Amino acid sequence: MATVRVLPVQCTGCGDCIASCPVAAIEMRGGEAFITDACTACGICVTACPAEAIEMEHVKPAARPSEPSRGVWVFAELRHGRLVGVSRELVAKGRQLADRTGTELTALVFGLDVGAPARELVALGADRVLGAEHPALELFHDDAYVEACVALAAGERPEIMLCGGTVLGRAFFPRVAARLGTGLTADCTSLEIDGESGILLQTRPAYGGSLLATIACPDRRPQMATVRPKVFTAGAADPGRTGEIVIRRDWEGVIRPRTKVLEVLEEVVQTVNIADADIVVAGGRGMGSAENFGLLEQLAKALGGAVAASRAPVDAGWVPYARQVGQTGKTVCPKLYIACGISGQVQHLVGMQSADVIVAINKDPQAPIFSVATYGIVGDALEIVPLLIKALGRGSRG
Amino acid sequence: MKIVVCIKQVPDTVHVRINERTGAMEREGVPAVVNPYDLYALEEALRLREAHGGSVAALTMGPPQAEAVLREAIALGADEGYHLSGREFAGGDTLATSYALARAVERIGEVRLVLCGKQAIDGDTAQVGPELAEHLGLPFLGFVRRVREAHPGRIVVERMTEEGADAVESPLPAVLSVVKEINTPRLPSLKGKMRAKSFKATTWNAAAIGADETRLGFAGSPTKVVKVFHPEARRGGEIIAGEPAEAVARLAERLRSQGFC
Repeated sequence: MATVRVLPVQCTGCGDCIASCPVAAIEMRGGEAFITDACTACGICVTACPAEAIEMEHVKPAARPSEPSRGVWVFAELRHGRLVGVSRELVAKGRQLADRTGTELTALVFGLDVGAPARELVALGADRVLGAEHPALELFHDDAYVEACVALAAGERPEIMLCGGTVLGRAFFPRVAARLGTGLTADCTSLEIDGESGILLQTRPAYGGSLLATIACPDRRPQMATVRPKVFTAGAADPGRTGEIVIRRDWEGVIRPRTKVLEVLEEVVQTVNIADADIVVAGGRGMGSAENFGLLEQLAKALGGAVAASRAPVDAGWVPYARQVGQTGKTVCPKLYIACGISGQVQHLVGMQSADVIVAINKDPQAPIFSVATYGIVGDALEIVPLLIKALGRGSRG
Repeated sequence: MKIVVCIKQVPDTVHVRINERTGAMEREGVPAVVNPYDLYALEEALRLREAHGGSVAALTMGPPQAEAVLREAIALGADEGYHLSGREFAGGDTLATSYALARAVERIGEVRLVLCGKQAIDGDTAQVGPELAEHLGLPFLGFVRRVREAHPGRIVVERMTEEGADAVESPLPAVLSVVKEINTPRLPSLKGKMRAKSFKATTWNAAAIGADETRLGFAGSPTKVVKVFHPEARRGGEIIAGEPAEAVARLAERLRSQGFC
């Protein structure tokens, strides 16, 4: 495989790379590691090698595409006619990237009536807003979103296109990328412009967040990425800012959705969903019962947060799946995460360990959750949580 | 109804431990398994076959050892297994992978429904499903938690959203990706295990599926890995000791000083 290679002199033949390889593509030959055809170039062995004897062939970002491309584009998602949080974050990040590359920031916004959000996008930092209005764009019809997005991008060849890593973004943006024949990096947590080449360096977690990979799309345009919500900070709106707003309403022959949304079932009773919440109070097996999650509701209420759970309470039917945090649930990135009666298996940690502050409450002092916690209290969550509700209630609004 | 289920071999992260000193994953003795989400996709395909007739084919792409996941699919009840194997496929990103899978689905032929897990737990991109749909020119329904109705020409599903779910109708053929809420996968039957023993996958290379080699594998991938590194290991902070009431008071003080309430 051309992309990963062993440096013969440096390899000590220790075999650590063999153990690290997820696809069994490394063998010992003549006392040195040998990479076979089974290699998928995931790069894990590079970090596993204690002798730094395995290299990944680096992208030479010198080659630029021949046709010119220009501009940073961000897709701004609406929910109930309003911009979702990640869209504001994207405008702020997009503004930064556009300034860095000396180009314009264009925001896309789709819906039934996009006038007000379009003005807000200008106030947030967009130089130009391209709106699309059509009945099929009110609810999420993948086809309609793909066609509108491709139609707007086709004539202009943007340099960079970004979209929030929401359910909607992660469903339709890959289709746009495939249609445009370009690369897409999922769920990025860092976006930087390479100083030398001007290429977008897109960093994302892999293997549940235990590794970070920096990805580039050197030869094709646009360079596309979906962005994890709450990683970038939204800027303040400046109502005095001016920008161009173009809203296209004639989609005859372009938007012809094959799917039909029959019904919208809204089940998140709480006003904030866990991926959007700044504060998340989560319970695990240690909460003992569905009833005891009422305590967490109270704590979340006192803090203005949302209630989540690890896998065990979801499997036990105490909490709906929509609230599950972790590898088979959602990834959250709040400012504060309070883990109550959660031991902290790696599958849970990958879904929450990028929170700013983590509080762990668990009976077992050896529980892995304490290894990522900013603050820990060793004790029974059922005893500690009521005390915490009281303590926070006392000092908060007075 | 002919159904294709896309499955991927991944390292079993249930057995992965993080080395606290280096923050690296310890993979020694970690077995390779079927991506857990793909098992929900396979189960749903088997249930649809049981309810409506037809056949279920499992499709994977990967090195020779990836055939094991097809064997497992057969043990669980799949009728056929197709394996895309060859160096030309290696190192592909989601665009190259979905292109190869699309050519294979077309080669299998007459497919009414393609099911995928919502994402693979090694890459976590969730992009192959929708990109596959695009290459095939079919509708895509992502994050499906329930199939309400399936008819020869159309399907009604519930797809998860941030706030609940949408009930969506789509014509068939279509591509679906499923979440774990959709079902509880069965265990392999004795009969299935017997079948798996004598199972031989249909192995295809690029030529067999009529794929353009320049669009496959590392060469056909627009995205390139620039570097892979460990995140700064998050260290455990302060354990607040003391009697429960006292510890809680100190915790509340710290949270307050950081502006949380």
